Amino acid sequence: MRIHFKTKYDDDINLFEDGRKLFWYVLLVVLAILLPFIFDEYLLGEAVNVLIWAIAGMGLMILAGHTGQASLGHGAFLACGAYMEVWLQNKGVPFVLSLPLAGLFAGIVGAIIAIPALKMSGIYLAIATLAMGVIAEDVIILLEPYTGGIDGVYVEAFTLFGVEIDRYVSPDKFYWTCLGVVIIVTFGYANLLRSSTGRAFMAIRDSEISARAMGINVARFKTISFGLSCFVTGIAGGLLAHYMGAFNYEAFLILISIQLLLMIVVGGMGSIHGAFFGAAVVGFLPQLVTIVRETVTTVAIPGLDMGIFALILITIIVVEPTGLYGRWMKTRIWFELFPLARKDMFRRNKSYLKTERMK
Amino acid sequence: MEVVQLLLGGIASGCIYGLIALGFVLIYKATESVNFAQGDMMMLGAFITLQLTNTDYWNLPFWAAVPLAIAIMAVIGYGLEALVIRKLFGQPQFAVVILTIAIGFVLRFIAGFIWGHQPQSLETPFTGINLRFSGLVIGLDEVFVIGVTLVLTLGLYLFFAKTKLGIAMQAASQNQLAAYYMGVPVKLINGIIWAMAGGIAAVAGVMFAARGAIDPSMGLLGIKAFAAAVIGGFGSLPGALIGGLIIGIIEPFAARYGAPGYSQIAPYALMLLVLVLRPNGLFSQVQSKKV
Repeated sequence: MRIHFKTKYDDDINLFEDGRKLFWYVLLVVLAILLPFIFDEYLLGEAVNVLIWAIAGMGLMILAGHTGQASLGHGAFLACGAYMEVWLQNKGVPFVLSLPLAGLFAGIVGAIIAIPALKMSGIYLAIATLAMGVIAEDVIILLEPYTGGIDGVYVEAFTLFGVEIDRYVSPDKFYWTCLGVVIIVTFGYANLLRSSTGRAFMAIRDSEISARAMGINVARFKTISFGLSCFVTGIAGGLLAHYMGAFNYEAFLILISIQLLLMIVVGGMGSIHGAFFGAAVVGFLPQLVTIVRETVTTVAIPGLDMGIFALILITIIVVEPTGLYGRWMKTRIWFELFPLARKDMFRRNKSYLKTERMK
Repeated sequence: MEVVQLLLGGIASGCIYGLIALGFVLIYKATESVNFAQGDMMMLGAFITLQLTNTDYWNLPFWAAVPLAIAIMAVIGYGLEALVIRKLFGQPQFAVVILTIAIGFVLRFIAGFIWGHQPQSLETPFTGINLRFSGLVIGLDEVFVIGVTLVLTLGLYLFFAKTKLGIAMQAASQNQLAAYYMGVPVKLINGIIWAMAGGIAAVAGVMFAARGAIDPSMGLLGIKAFAAAVIGGFGSLPGALIGGLIIGIIEPFAARYGAPGYSQIAPYALMLLVLVLRPNGLFSQVQSKKV
């Protein structure tokens, strides 16, 4: 076990606790960059899928994991980003500009939606965002001139710094593009969390009234959180548009929104790692399920991977509410402390329900 | 005449939304958590009845199959609470939301696995029989749906207001620990509530199946029932019914008189409007929040 002597105030908020942590993350990034030389084309495509889901997961994590505002309709912002990206690309806007603009569009929509959502909390917010997600499907069809309605839209290969990048023709370059976006977003997110804005988010999550008492403008920071969250999700949507190539409203059904929330719960609420763990589960589980199923039967069972995903989710919520990342942390701490780890180290306080309805 | 006809159809489907919403409200009223799987429980109830009564399956008489299905769903509801939901005792509301969404997915998968994904229809004694009153056509199923919903809502309302068990449930929801000290068996109460919600889900499922085909994804109808419950304020049983009726009535009128494409949005738009204007529903019960 290592003991960190904190000698500066910055030690509390440094991005990396020590050089050892930095080393592991650098190694991870190097490995990720070398991935196209290890994986074949099919697996690389799946890896891109995981990266895009991870960005979307990080987007939702800002809102749900760090500000405590659960959204069941984030697929709508994914759609905002995707359709905006396609529209901008078809207008000839370069990718370096169009992707941030697509994100910005989703972010602005999100910030506008935050205004009515500010008044709601808990279960009402979840249901309102769910309804928004459902409405989004119909709105996409209604906005046919921009979204292609039921027929959908098609996006061509894009050029980045003079290199033409296509998901099928040059999967490695597309992977590196996505990886670059992931690194930028992750870096920004990690920095956000150590800024006063990030701390305000977490204060609001832990207790809105206490946050208000500490002088945090709850309405303002909730709006910022909505905006940032939707911005990141919109960027994921923009990449998703290129990943799918051609798509219509069915890519953004309400189930996608729900799956996005379930994904970050599986990964671990309230941690950046959780978004990645969750995305890996969502991305690779269908493959794993197919491989296991084929050893038993060759007949396809519709909905099997969703069913198994839901079962995993139930197990995780019941056994390990902090998600896969929480499990990973506990395992790591157990090894670090070995043989001094105690059984009840992570025991939670028992709490009992008290109503919020006063009548 | 056309307006009255639309109104009748709307009331009948509104009653079904109301029945699902009743399940939400019941669980919310007693445990302060929201069951996102209520729509899927309704689906399961419908399929269990179908399994029991359809000629292709076990061919039991309808009036024996329905109570049996209600009993089975009550056992399933109790089992869900005892085996899974109870593990989250005292954890934040949000955990139960996610858990019930996952349970919904599992139920949908199980139903799809057993009964397939093709739409099927339930054989009921009142399918296709119409009553005619001076130009109005009322399906016997519609009469039945409306009657059952009214009786159930009234019964549950009286149950919560008058009986010892109902009052114990309210106590358990207001303060679990205090209720426990007062001798209320909180865990058992929660189990009973889930069993009741399961039974109501079965009733709602049969009512829905009597009016159209069922398939494993019909649980998504639950989202519309949320709109009903939200409009009603989530804590009020008559409110759930009223909310359901509002949603049910708006739908056919929006489809008939609204612009095409916009009509499906109407129920959700109405719900969002209610939430914006009154963030805690029309019949709000939340007054203040403590730290």
